[in-house]
Parts: sequence; C-alpha cells; structure tokens
Amino acid sequence: MASGVKPRVKVPKSASAGDAITIKTLISHPMESGQRKDGDGNPIPRSIINRFTCEFNGQSVIDITLEPAISTNPYFEFEATVPEAGEFAFTWYDDDGSVYNDNKAITV
Amino acid sequence: MDFTRRETLALGGAAALTFVLPFRASAAADDAIAEFTGGAAIADAGVELTAPEIAENGNTVPIAVSAPGATAVMVLASGNPTPGVATFNFGPLAASQTASTRMRLAGTQDVIAIAKLADGSFARSSKTVKVTIGGCGG
Repeated sequence: MASGVKPRVKVPKSASAGDAITIKTLISHPMESGQRKDGDGNPIPRSIINRFTCEFNGQSVIDITLEPAISTNPYFEFEATVPEAGEFAFTWYDDDGSVYNDNKAITV
Repeated sequence: MDFTRRETLALGGAAALTFVLPFRASAAADDAIAEFTGGAAIADAGVELTAPEIAENGNTVPIAVSAPGATAVMVLASGNPTPGVATFNFGPLAASQTASTRMRLAGTQDVIAIAKLADGSFARSSKTVKVTIGGCGG
C-alpha cells in the first residue's frame, strides 16, 4: 500500500447548463515504475495507479488507463459537459487493489 | 592505452547491443499499435499531440492530446522500456476530446498518439522529444 495517497480535484462550483468546464485532478502517489533498483541492486516492485475514471451522475466523462510511464503524482486535465446539477465522482484504482475516491458537487 | 583481443571483443559486443536495444523497443511499440488498431490502416490527420521539443527533466514531461470526435486515444513512448503511456477513453459527457498529463521519458525519442475516431478509423501523430536527463531511475 502506497502511503500518503491524497487525491486533489479542482472543479468550478457552478456552471450554466450545457457548459464545458475544465477539470484538473492530481493524486499524490509514488508511481513506482518497476524499472528502478534499490541500493542492493534488487528491483523495486511496480506499484502504480493503473486506472482513473471520472463520472457525472453515473455517466462516464473519461476513463484513463495508466501505464508505468505516467509521472509521479499523476495529473490530468480534461473538459466535461454539465447538463444539470449533480456530482462528479472521481475514482483512482491502485495496483494493490486500493481504490481512492473523491466527489465534487456542482450547481447549475 | 593498449586493448587486448578480449577487451576489443567486449567493446564491440557492447556497441552492437546499444544498436539492437532501441530497435527492440520500437518493435514493442509497433506491437502495441497493432493491438490497439487491430491492424487497420492509420491516417495522418485527425489527432494533435502537444509535447515540448526539449524536455529538461524526463521524469515529468507535460503532454496534451486533442482528437475531435475520437472515442479513445492511446499515447506511446517508443523509446521507453515499456512503450505504453496511457489510454484515454472519452465518455458521452466529455466536452472535448482533449486531455493533458505528465509522463516519463527514458531518453530522446518519438512520442506517438493514436486516436480511434468515432467512425472506427484511426489517426496517428508523433513528435520527437529531446530529453536532457532521462526519467527511468537507473
């Protein structure tokens, strides 16, 4: 289990119906690629976030598959349409089975 | 400095290996592309990849992809030990098929973006990024 994992999401508090808004997400995570070696020359096992999804009221906005080539503290920026007031649900899936969530409500 | 026969052979072997390794890496990238497209033809227009020409730090290279009308975009780094970077699947509520992130690059290489468009066709774009300090530990 990677320690100190903390998701951070930036979503505007309100928008007009049908508007496109920009969402920025960041999660602090070491994203150990599995390529590095420790001081004794033993490979450090891979430990990354392998999937990130964003949904709005149950409808998919974006679903990203991550590989080890994504940097430490994976950052994503994308745009979403807001048809009505509701809640964005952000989910990160860790290699070790942990799931990290964050929700952000938005008013129209 | 005198080289013995053995040292000369070892040097030659090492030099040959450095030529062979990049070729193997790009073959892995081609395999990943074939898996994503299913062997379909790839057009040149339809996807835009934004990446810096020179990245000082290979650990965090900012990139952005934009592919109007695409359902999925796959990003590959042809010179990394494993070529895959990320696959973006855009849902019905994505306002634009645009996303940006930060990636690791092991060294100077081509970054490739393959977009799967809504009509089932594929588009490709690539960009060479020069990396000053590689981002794969070591």
